[in-house]
Amino acid sequence: MRKLQLVVIIGLMVAVLMPSLALAGGDKASALIVVADTRVITETDYYHGFMRYLADAYNTNIVVFAIWCTVLTALYGVALGFLMDFLMSKTGLDLKSRKIIEH
Amino acid sequence: MDWMIMYMPIAGVKIFWPGLVLIGFAVGTIGGFFGMGGAWMVTPGLNILGFPMAFAIGTDMAHIAGKSMVSTMRHSKFGNVDYKLGLVMIVGTMAGIEVGAQIVMVLERLGSVESVVRWVYVGLLALIAWLVFYDYYKATQKKKQGDVGEHGAEGITWYKTLHKIKIPPMMHFKAAGFTCSAWLPITASFVTGVLAGFLGIGGGLIRMPALVYLIGCPTHIAVGTDLFEVMISGLYGAFTYAIKGRIEIVAVFVMLTGAAIGAQIGTVATKYAKGYGIRIAFGIAVLCCMISIVLKEFKFNQAAAVLILGTIGVICAYIVKIMIQGAIEELHEKKSGNATVKAVH
Repeated sequence: MRKLQLVVIIGLMVAVLMPSLALAGGDKASALIVVADTRVITETDYYHGFMRYLADAYNTNIVVFAIWCTVLTALYGVALGFLMDFLMSKTGLDLKSRKIIEH
Repeated sequence: MDWMIMYMPIAGVKIFWPGLVLIGFAVGTIGGFFGMGGAWMVTPGLNILGFPMAFAIGTDMAHIAGKSMVSTMRHSKFGNVDYKLGLVMIVGTMAGIEVGAQIVMVLERLGSVESVVRWVYVGLLALIAWLVFYDYYKATQKKKQGDVGEHGAEGITWYKTLHKIKIPPMMHFKAAGFTCSAWLPITASFVTGVLAGFLGIGGGLIRMPALVYLIGCPTHIAVGTDLFEVMISGLYGAFTYAIKGRIEIVAVFVMLTGAAIGAQIGTVATKYAKGYGIRIAFGIAVLCCMISIVLKEFKFNQAAAVLILGTIGVICAYIVKIMIQGAIEELHEKKSGNATVKAVH
């Protein structure tokens, strides 16, 4: 029960205070209005088609664009993590243990 | 050479993409080794490549989130991440950042906030650098006197005094290997959060030494746990900057590809480095960061960028050397071990 309470309290704190983290992440963005120039992107293949979709989302629905950015960053990070894990396991190095020596 | 130029659909600029991969690689390596996001390194690099400043910070934030994810996964396998400590600290960090941001708002109303923030930043970095080098000096003295603990000689041990405070609830942090009042990490993260919020930075640069000197984490655990925090804050940062329209997602992916390789090198290198090796390299990075801010304050922008990029290059080469040397030695030992076993049989 105590653990559950702790999880709920931490969850609420995260939800309420999270925006401050990002706000503190860098300088304030200047009040520019930026529009992605979709005329340059021709839908010749899947890659450009997806780029066109993202640029359209950026121009028309910024929330959808933001969700795509966050989800894709997380997914790409996890995918790269697993891929690198697989490749590193082929090196023959012990990647599960280490000694802590400070000096 | 046209294939080396990539069009960024959101920012509307053409960028030399191998440069992005290189920046990602360097920051991935350094971040994985020190346990920080490294925003102070990426922004000048992006700017030099021709990235509009409006997009640099948001793009950097998203890249840091993805990169920290790769590093945290690797550190987690080594047992370098204390998730319980990380979660407890997030509470203090966020509350602290909120307070820090409010202080900035008050200062903004009073005027001249930028200069105040910059000089506080310089003072803080000077303090951290002094702390790191003084700690090293003390540890060396102790080692000479034969005063060596479980993990080797230690210089500054403020955390031992702080661990004596027994205000409930007491918490045991298994991976970090100590028990202390929950208020210690919460207070330390709150104070570092206030500073991060006030200075407008992610906070890894301050949190890492706080984890080592105030909370008492072994250096390797401090690096892994800090990266876990950077990952969470970076993901939220990516979302809010995207809402503001300040992310170039294609650049994030390109940088992440380089960062994923760098993160492996930086993280695995911690295995072959002594805690104080990491601390000293960190101290040098902090010192260079401080000098670059002073140079910027006096409008030597080009010199500041050269110093930052030079520091990145040198530290990155140092980490790669540790990793390669350590890996070769380990594989050699394994090989000779196998040969001995075969000879016995």
